[in-house]
Amino acid sequence: MRAVASKAERAVTKRVLARFVAPLLAIAAGGRGRSRSRARAACAVLGLWFVFAQPARAQPTGAELLGSSNFADIQRGVEAVAGSGDPHALPILAAMQEGRLYARGDRSLAAKSSDGSYTDPLTGAAIANPGAVKPVRLNNNVRRALDAALGALRLFSPDPGTRQIAAEAIFKGRDPAALPALNRAIGEEKEPGVNRTMEQARASALLLKNDASDTDKLAAIATLRDRGDIDARAMLATLATGQPPAVTAAVAEAVNAIDLHLRLWSWLQNAYYGLSLGSVLLLAAAGLAITFGVMGVINMAHGELLMIGAYATYLVQNAIRAHAPLLSGASLLIAVPVAFVVAGAVGIAIERLMIRYLYGRPLETLLATFGLSLVLQQGVRSIFGPTNLSVTTPDWMSGAIGLGGLSLTANRLCIILFAIAVFAALQAALRYTSLGLRMRAVTQNRRMASAMGIRTPWIDAMTFGLGSGVAGMAGVALSQIDNVSPNLGQGYIIDSFMVVVFGGVGNLWGTAVGALTLGVLNKFLEPVAGAVLGKIVVLIAIILFIQRRPRGLFPTKGRFVEA
Amino acid sequence: MLSDTPVLTRRALGGLSLAAATAAATGFRPGSARAQASSGPIKLGILHSLSGTMAISETTLKDVMLMLIDQQNAAGGVLGRKLEAVVVDPASNWPLFAEKARQLISVDKVAACFGCWTSVSRKSVLPVFEELNGILFYPVQYEGEESSRNVFYTGAAPNQQAIPAVDYLMGDNGVKRWVLAGTDYVYPRTTNKILEAYLKQKGVKPDDIMINYTPFGHSDWQNIVSQIKAFGSSGKKTAVVSTINGDANVPFYKELGNQGVKATDIPVVAFSVGEEELAGLDTAPLVGHLAAWNYFMSVDTPDNKDFIAKWHAFTKNEKRTTNDPMEAHYIGFNMWVKAVEKAGTTDSDAVIDSLIGVSVPNLSGGDSTLMPNHHVTKPVLIGEIQADGQFNIVSQTPGLIVAQEWSPYLEGSRDLIADWRRPMSCGNFNVKTGKCGGVSKS
Repeated sequence: MRAVASKAERAVTKRVLARFVAPLLAIAAGGRGRSRSRARAACAVLGLWFVFAQPARAQPTGAELLGSSNFADIQRGVEAVAGSGDPHALPILAAMQEGRLYARGDRSLAAKSSDGSYTDPLTGAAIANPGAVKPVRLNNNVRRALDAALGALRLFSPDPGTRQIAAEAIFKGRDPAALPALNRAIGEEKEPGVNRTMEQARASALLLKNDASDTDKLAAIATLRDRGDIDARAMLATLATGQPPAVTAAVAEAVNAIDLHLRLWSWLQNAYYGLSLGSVLLLAAAGLAITFGVMGVINMAHGELLMIGAYATYLVQNAIRAHAPLLSGASLLIAVPVAFVVAGAVGIAIERLMIRYLYGRPLETLLATFGLSLVLQQGVRSIFGPTNLSVTTPDWMSGAIGLGGLSLTANRLCIILFAIAVFAALQAALRYTSLGLRMRAVTQNRRMASAMGIRTPWIDAMTFGLGSGVAGMAGVALSQIDNVSPNLGQGYIIDSFMVVVFGGVGNLWGTAVGALTLGVLNKFLEPVAGAVLGKIVVLIAIILFIQRRPRGLFPTKGRFVEA
Repeated sequence: MLSDTPVLTRRALGGLSLAAATAAATGFRPGSARAQASSGPIKLGILHSLSGTMAISETTLKDVMLMLIDQQNAAGGVLGRKLEAVVVDPASNWPLFAEKARQLISVDKVAACFGCWTSVSRKSVLPVFEELNGILFYPVQYEGEESSRNVFYTGAAPNQQAIPAVDYLMGDNGVKRWVLAGTDYVYPRTTNKILEAYLKQKGVKPDDIMINYTPFGHSDWQNIVSQIKAFGSSGKKTAVVSTINGDANVPFYKELGNQGVKATDIPVVAFSVGEEELAGLDTAPLVGHLAAWNYFMSVDTPDNKDFIAKWHAFTKNEKRTTNDPMEAHYIGFNMWVKAVEKAGTTDSDAVIDSLIGVSVPNLSGGDSTLMPNHHVTKPVLIGEIQADGQFNIVSQTPGLIVAQEWSPYLEGSRDLIADWRRPMSCGNFNVKTGKCGGVSKS
């Protein structure tokens, strides 16, 4: 370790001498102007160098550069530390990536622990009095160099998961300097999956190596072509010029093959996006399908019930963080029933205090509920403030799952499953519970139901509460993909009405089919027409459709349908 | 059914007349006509939405103005008189902005107004301020292409934000391919037009520029993010320049995080995302994405530390963030105070004249000066998002940048300049024709 450092110091000395002694000689020989100022700079640098040349302990080469304020220097420092072969390079760079590395006044390094104390990354010993420290600075270029460097250092980690991440990092960093390490790692690797990634990493680095033979390059192109994803395409595309004809042709062919492959997958990908948007629309509209579809109440405050669900999620998460941190992974699952109860209670209150006086007067209901929506928004704004609140996403809902050429984002996948569950539960509640039976009876023939002894006002309140509760549950899902702000509901109210009217008022299945149709249609139009035009096209299509079939996709039939 | 209708009308009318009565009661206060007199408090109008969609951004600006006025009063006021804030709520409703502006100037007789956020609200009040000869300080970065005698633009013009950001990505990151993504309204459209012309002038091919607009509040970014990924797979270094506004940002960044678009692969530089917007986000997956502003809360100057400490004390909340438009109000307010003291009066014409050339310290280091084009000189900072929701400043222009209110990159405004000093006194002087108001149609 000492030997390494002192050897490096000697090398630095040699370079500095070579660079700065020449101007000194020039000044001795009577040099003028520019070289004199260069000489002065040289003296200053030499002086500085003597101050810093003897660090407190022997650090890996380049470590002193990490404390610089110049990003280019820091990047060179990372590369030098990684290439030093020093056993401390890994802990130093790992601490740097986690943002725990600090530079002290003498340019030696200190790593901060989670409890706020500092340790020496070289010895692991605690530093009692670190003095003035400043964090080692990072920017995107440094971070990129750091990822690649850590990749090369972690290729031999005992954990296959770490090796996989390391190989992936080299694949993206494509540094030919990592090739010897990669070759050695490929020889030792037993896991086939990790081995494949390492081969791909070697291929990507090899393609940038100027003196690689054509055969090696062609083999590398074939490896990348087999990988067949968007990253592989990007790497191949950089080789389009300045290569021997055989390589250029192979690259062009491989890029075309990947493009074709990607285009096929992109259809499925769009279908997934459509499904996901459709499930969000379904969730948002399911509650409305009850209150508007089944009961016929035009509830403009429906969006605010979604918002209340999202705020309930926020409160549940806060409460869990404060009182039961162990449950925080399940906070969303706990928020679902809470949001249902809270939004349902608000819904029942709205029905009892306002809507029941307005049955049969749709225009007044519309105006009153619109006013109510403004009141609810401003109320929430006064209580929680106008800014967005942060609802955290649990780990199991972050990131994406790769499936062939598809990338299924975890949060969207969860929302699709949640939408299916909510829809099934709603159908079951209407069909198999006694409350559901009474609801259907009241909506089909109120007077007959009343004559049979059903308390119709109570059923009205419960039905409205059920629809509102479902909206609250949808709010839990929306908190994961949208702003939790007082304006949350406004973005969904128009879409919700559109879905219910398009699907057919009074028909839950119609709402489901309508939501999915609109979602998929939107997502296939968007890449072609753009988001703004896509929305307009969908709206016009719905208007034309309603002209032809005023009762929507699945009109309710039967004697109880009002004329 | 029919018999109910008159009831509704009566009720609605009752409500309306009640509202009118309230408005009258608050608006026509006895003695308000004397407010502009040389004794009694000097009134300042605060014209920021406290309800509706823009409340999320504008409420903070109302609070910062109240704090600045409080501090000035504690320091003895201006010209020996106390300052008094007149707060109105235009409720994110553009025509209401004009009404409220008229009320502030002609009923409350305010000496100056601080307000507006969106360009459309500014365009809505502009004729009112010009007609009644009021003074408006506008604190938000905007698309330029405007200079009014009665408006002082303390936010950034495109060359004080967008162009340095693009230069940074081109130089330090070697970006060759650009996605210009924005919300579909005037600010992103104009900014992107300027950027497109600038990039083409720098030798970027039209194939390497992708322009994408989305509606306000767009919440489903799945396709667009995957389109950006595909666009970035051509082998050239790609970056996204985002003029996406307001509510649409959170879902956009969430989708970026979920689809794994890392800043080391495709960096996103945003012009409308600050500390406040990040407060509702888990920033861990977004580390390294960029924003360009003239101020960040993380700026390490004594003035800024002092400002943040006072802000926390004023709001009694240690977690409240500060942001760029707040700093713009800080600059604008101090400029107004200085100009009034220089003029010795709050009379509009005198203050408008004495404001030009006034120089006050900004919070990012340096002194901002109000130029004859009614814009302010500003340093440009590029910051990377950190895991704690703050910005790590990775680049700063060496000096202060003078605003180009008329962009030299746009056909229609290339020959225009604004200079409100006499004898020119013109917001759109055409140097080719030598005439004022000569907007050359492209």
